[in-house]
Amino acid sequence: MVLGDPGGIVASDTSLRRFLHGLPGVDEVGARARADTLATRSVKADAKRQALDLAISMIDLTTLEGQDTPGKVRAMCAKARRPGSGAPPVAAVCVYPDLVPVARAVLSSGAVLSSGAVLSGADGEGAGNGQRSGVAGRVRVASVATAFPSGRAAREVKLADVRSAVAAGADEVDMVIDRGAFLSGRYLEVHEEILAVKSCCGDAHLKVILETGELGTLDNVRRASWLAMLAGADFIKTSTGKVAPAATLPVTLVMLEAVRDFLVLGGRRVGVKPAGGIRTAKDAIRYLVLVYETAGESWLDPRYFRIGASSLLNDLLMQREKMETGRYSGPDYMTVD
Amino acid sequence: MRFEYAPAPESRSVVTLRDSYGLFIGGSFVPGSSVFKTISPATEEVLAEVTHGGPEDVDRAVAAARQAYERIWSAMPGRERGKYLFRIARLIAERARELAVLETMDNGKPIRESRDVDIPLAAAHFFYHAGWADKLGYAGFGPSPRPLGVAGQVIPWNFPLLMLAWKIAPALACGNTVVLKPAETTPLTALMFAEICQQADLPPGVVNIVTGDGATGHALVAHPGIDKVAFTGSTAVGKEIARLCATDGKRVTLELGGKAANIVFDDAPVDQAVEGIVNGIFFNQGHVCCAGSRLLVQESVAGDVLAALKRRMATLRLGDPLDKNTDVGAINSRAQLEKIHLLAQAGESEGASRWSAPCQLPDRGFWFPPTVFTEVSQAHRVAREEIFGPVLSVLTFRTPAEAVQKANNTPYGLSAGVWTEKGSLILWMASRLRAGVVWANTFNRFDPSSPFGGYKESGFGREGGRHGLEAYLDVLGGGDV
Repeated sequence: MVLGDPGGIVASDTSLRRFLHGLPGVDEVGARARADTLATRSVKADAKRQALDLAISMIDLTTLEGQDTPGKVRAMCAKARRPGSGAPPVAAVCVYPDLVPVARAVLSSGAVLSSGAVLSGADGEGAGNGQRSGVAGRVRVASVATAFPSGRAAREVKLADVRSAVAAGADEVDMVIDRGAFLSGRYLEVHEEILAVKSCCGDAHLKVILETGELGTLDNVRRASWLAMLAGADFIKTSTGKVAPAATLPVTLVMLEAVRDFLVLGGRRVGVKPAGGIRTAKDAIRYLVLVYETAGESWLDPRYFRIGASSLLNDLLMQREKMETGRYSGPDYMTVD
Repeated sequence: MRFEYAPAPESRSVVTLRDSYGLFIGGSFVPGSSVFKTISPATEEVLAEVTHGGPEDVDRAVAAARQAYERIWSAMPGRERGKYLFRIARLIAERARELAVLETMDNGKPIRESRDVDIPLAAAHFFYHAGWADKLGYAGFGPSPRPLGVAGQVIPWNFPLLMLAWKIAPALACGNTVVLKPAETTPLTALMFAEICQQADLPPGVVNIVTGDGATGHALVAHPGIDKVAFTGSTAVGKEIARLCATDGKRVTLELGGKAANIVFDDAPVDQAVEGIVNGIFFNQGHVCCAGSRLLVQESVAGDVLAALKRRMATLRLGDPLDKNTDVGAINSRAQLEKIHLLAQAGESEGASRWSAPCQLPDRGFWFPPTVFTEVSQAHRVAREEIFGPVLSVLTFRTPAEAVQKANNTPYGLSAGVWTEKGSLILWMASRLRAGVVWANTFNRFDPSSPFGGYKESGFGREGGRHGLEAYLDVLGGGDV
């Protein structure tokens, strides 16, 4: 119903506002209470073992610093492929556009590229072949773009940013929305920009960063989620990691409700990616619980849920080792990148 | 992908149960004439043997309370009484885990609820009233309001320790002494509370706990030596108590049944409203006097809300109450389970349509799956009678006026919920709903500073807050005002 837009939802700012503001509201107190309750779930033994590996396979291992170098990215990619001691590879690495070729070179070399195009726009449905990751073959390369993290640049500059990332071999593009336009009610502008970016992505998957830390209310989080989904986002993502607060459980809860409802209404399954501030295995498992009890098991798949993080991986590996050996090793037994 | 939580049971080893408990009278445990057994409703195993208090035991307890009242407690300055209450509050908080596990074992409620709701709120009630003990002159009842004397208190099985706290904390803060009878099926946390009174060095006789059944309760309420009766429980028993006390001048407060309306308007925050509906009726297996057992949903969104509710109900986890991931525990007793079955069958035979999510019930113990009835009319028994179980009746309405009319069309009036994003509508509704508590965009929220009580057949008197103190003070002129 929504996807074909017969109702003319995206005809103007007014029609978009009418639709977005007609979505059921979010009661902040209630949403927080629900997230708090789910955070008390106790995941132990086999369930924990499974959750740790699942969380590892969902990580977008990220470095987004001005001081990033090719060497740093190569080291991170090596770890992304083989986190160590039998742990599954992570889902993707996430870097700035200029470092995409470096990441791509490491991750393509000697990797099994059995399914060629690697998860194209067809959603990869059924590409799992019984493999948990479902992300065929190799660790994917995600690139931030569109004048990340502020998004404050001319449209053409942002699109050029996207084109260069895709041309360099990015499998996924993480764009930021224009929060200024969103907050001042210029919804059509935000929608058009996402559409324009999407058209530059080719086969690359598009993740739309809402920067929820700047949106102010959970109502806005729900509206921005729908706006991004209407414009064709493959994923909606919480944060750049450059603004506090970054990902939180209540924000992710509202986004999971949005993708769940969007599937019911529009028939397309959109992914969710909380990013920033998720540093411990305990945190990561809380997010998996949130996915499991809100959107359902079908979202517990790296194709539909990612965690943007850097230091999280080591804690997951440490907890994994603790499950196997019954002991914690010291930080010197975990590699630094 | 398949994902399932592994069992995560809370350890029972934190609780040390004795084989047998006496009555707590005059500061120590004393034997009585006969005993009965208390079981875990989740497994039907016997947890302990408890003494049945007969009329002579009630006599002894009232005498002990009278003596403590006259010699010690009523003469003690408020600031000293407050210290005892603070000490009890801290001990409840310190022993919270033990109390939570025991509550769950004896009552059948999920450990998540006893751990996160019952026990912290019980401690909060003692902390709150401890603060009042030396400030009663500022509560608005005159410069030095006097206590009433000995309070006879009878509490239900749905929130055993919390109801005890609601009764004992204000009574003690105001300078009264008490004889309390816990429910027959859930006496254990009250007996552990007796141990806490000993631990706190509370003067003997200030708190007396007499376990037993309805006959014990009757003996207590009818006893000529008590000055005040406080009862929480069924409306039928409440009426009997009101009749009994009408003739002998005892002060009475009653907190009885309910059939609350949870009203969802078409502009409600749907996801949170669904949580509120679930929390309203499935919290504590629906064994809640203020449970939102009637869902009134605006016709235009009824389909959407019901679909979301059913989806949510399918994620409720029913099973071992000690498992930290359990949402719905066991029904408290076989008798209660039979009553729920009876009313649910009446719902079906009267033409309402019954739905439960697929749900595996354990083999032993007393269980009832979370259930929703649709196509319910006001005339159906499931819409009029208190079921006191995890059974929701869904009715629809078209206008706010119709919602008010239907919500108030019940002999009860304990609580109500209103779900809308429109603030003016919340105020409009709240001023017209005949219910002691109206929750706006939430449900089943409790706080010791907020008075709680009913209209109509839901009882009279308020518990909690400044209003709750009135029930335990001589505000009718007996004091030196």
